[in-house]
Amino acid sequence: MTDIIEFKNVSKSFGTLRVLEDFDFKVRKGEKVTLIGPSGSGKSTVLRILMTLEPFQDGSITIDGTSYHQPGGKGPFKANARHLFDIRKRVGMLFQHFNLFPHMTVLRNITEAPVSVLKLSRAEADERARELLSMVGLEDKASSFPAQLSGGQQQRVAIARALAMRPSVLLFDEPTSALDPELVGEVLNVIRKLAAEHDLTMLMVTHEMRFAREISDRVCMFDRGKIVEEGRPSELLVRPSHPRTVSFLGAVLGEGVGGLGDDGDQADPARAEKPPGPRGDTKLFAAG
Amino acid sequence: MINDINVDTSSTLSFFLDVLPLLLKGLQVTIAAALLGFAIALVAGLFFAILRQAPTRLISWPVAVFLEFVRDTPLLIQLFFLYYVLPVYGITLPAFMTGAVAIGLQYSGYTAEIYRAGIGAIGRGQWEASTALNLTSGRTYAVVIIPQAIPRVIPALGNCLVGILKETPILSTISVLEMLNLAIIVGDRTYHYTIPLTLAGVLMLLVTSVFAYLVRFIEFTVPKTGIRLR
Amino acid sequence: MGVWTAYFEYLSVGIEATVVVWTISFISAVVIAFVVGVVRFQQVPVLRHVAFVYVEIFRGTSLLVQLFWLYFSLPLIGYSVSPMTAACLGLALNSGAYGSEIVRGALTAVSRDQFEAATALNFNSTQTLLKIVLPQAVVEMVPPFGNLGILVLKDTALVSMISIADVAFRAQQLRTMTYDSANIYMVTLMIYFTLALVVMLIGKLAERYVKPSFQRTPLLALGAMR
Repeated sequence: MTDIIEFKNVSKSFGTLRVLEDFDFKVRKGEKVTLIGPSGSGKSTVLRILMTLEPFQDGSITIDGTSYHQPGGKGPFKANARHLFDIRKRVGMLFQHFNLFPHMTVLRNITEAPVSVLKLSRAEADERARELLSMVGLEDKASSFPAQLSGGQQQRVAIARALAMRPSVLLFDEPTSALDPELVGEVLNVIRKLAAEHDLTMLMVTHEMRFAREISDRVCMFDRGKIVEEGRPSELLVRPSHPRTVSFLGAVLGEGVGGLGDDGDQADPARAEKPPGPRGDTKLFAAG
Repeated sequence: MINDINVDTSSTLSFFLDVLPLLLKGLQVTIAAALLGFAIALVAGLFFAILRQAPTRLISWPVAVFLEFVRDTPLLIQLFFLYYVLPVYGITLPAFMTGAVAIGLQYSGYTAEIYRAGIGAIGRGQWEASTALNLTSGRTYAVVIIPQAIPRVIPALGNCLVGILKETPILSTISVLEMLNLAIIVGDRTYHYTIPLTLAGVLMLLVTSVFAYLVRFIEFTVPKTGIRLR
Repeated sequence: MGVWTAYFEYLSVGIEATVVVWTISFISAVVIAFVVGVVRFQQVPVLRHVAFVYVEIFRGTSLLVQLFWLYFSLPLIGYSVSPMTAACLGLALNSGAYGSEIVRGALTAVSRDQFEAATALNFNSTQTLLKIVLPQAVVEMVPPFGNLGILVLKDTALVSMISIADVAFRAQQLRTMTYDSANIYMVTLMIYFTLALVVMLIGKLAERYVKPSFQRTPLLALGAMR
């Protein structure tokens, strides 16, 4: 299989803060990769750079055969707008807060970009949008506005909207972390279906470790702008070797690493409710 | 003062040099009127804001209508009203004072609204917490509400001051010798309007910029530890 | 009450001039506001500096100074303008500068998330502005533009100073005839207040018109429902 994404010696900093340093990273066509790590470790930045939302300073990126350099820092990000346009044609992204356009109906949200960017006819775009809506199970919501939908439904619309641009790479930036716990499942089901039925390359930043284990071919552990450990999820999530991975998984999954071991039906601690505490301090009340 | 206006129009430079000190004198009047008007607006606005919150509609309603009326009608007419009507009832003020009162009155409509919004912006949670802690309503205002309202209110009040500064040339219409009036008098005498009027505009711009800067400076220096403004 | 009716009849002749000046100035101000606001928001090279200087000058000085400058000085530097032109030009430029800040503020208030989503869908910057950002921003602009409409109405009284025969001008004439200041100015204030209520009503109708019927919460809060 060929590489569809390649980062070569990429460096990125916000002001004096180094986010990525000499970063190398490859993704094969069709591969599903999950990026994990503490916040600020650079995993979201990798997605945002791929989507051209952030410029970077040094190194080069290749997406689907199109290389993209930024020699000498400032300026070139805007200079090759045509180039960025070509890259964005192949990449789609899902955001933590869905970022639907609030003033457009669901259908319009999905068709606007195909019509104005890909120059499809409105009829053609509508037809495709309705197919996608039925794929995410929302065919009856075409004429609703985003504000009338639940968070889970909004994220499913966002998935349809991204797919309408026919990307070959789909990026997920914490797609379920803004959702109420009972709505996470419906979104994960759609992503699961996508992964199974399409030859999409998927990069996902998520804290849903069980889901990551189930869906990904590879998990990469980020720490301070580097990948400190990577491997198959059944290896890395169960028997991490790097101390940073051990402590990170320990914190995310609750005490005792191996929470995602073969007895995997243990409830996901990230979503588990806190144990119910005593309702008010009865002793104090009695004293008062 | 009008009589000793004596300007040399033989060259642009000499004209300019003769007009400048005159306008600077007028500028002092402009600034004094603005500051006095602002002081009146601050106090009267607070007074109206309190009446506006009165428990009985017999008071709060008429005050609300009055404030709306003051805000939505032209300052020029309000100024003429005070200038020509007050003497009829035996109240004779110098034109300068009448001007400051008119400006103060119109802007009290705005400051009252600013005070109300500043206090209204503080969440119900703060009131509920104060009730839960058994604070009296006076104490709640003094230690919980007002300290949080002040940093919210100051930027808007500052904008009011800058706004007032830009309104003061209107006092020229009741023959107060402020900057614009002097510029026009010079123009009428010499038939050269461009230089005095442009100069008046430039001085105005400088003063409003300085005031706007001062307002920003005060905004920064007001302690607002832990208060989320947005 | 009899004098009030008589005064109203005399003053009402000026209503036409007031309404004409308001309409021309306000519509021009809105156009100027959009052009200048968008130029400054999009940071159009060169033009943005021109726009900045324009806004600073017209917001930093007073309307009366601007009106007199246009009225007395433009003819002296070779442009002859009618009082009506000077009045509308002055009001439009002055309120346009304020309005441009409304436009720029509303555009800036649109969440960054919306721009990122537009980039991810490969919209270019013009498409992003016209299809995504402006439609959302306009809803936020209408209430402040309603307030601006009332400010412009109040400011129209100043054009009487450059000999436009509006309501304020007629009031001055009437005073020199009867010296009954209290009644004259009371009726004048009533007329302006009524006109202000009409402007407010137009503003409220415009607010209803731009808001989609489904909308229950302020538009800007919709993007991120946490």
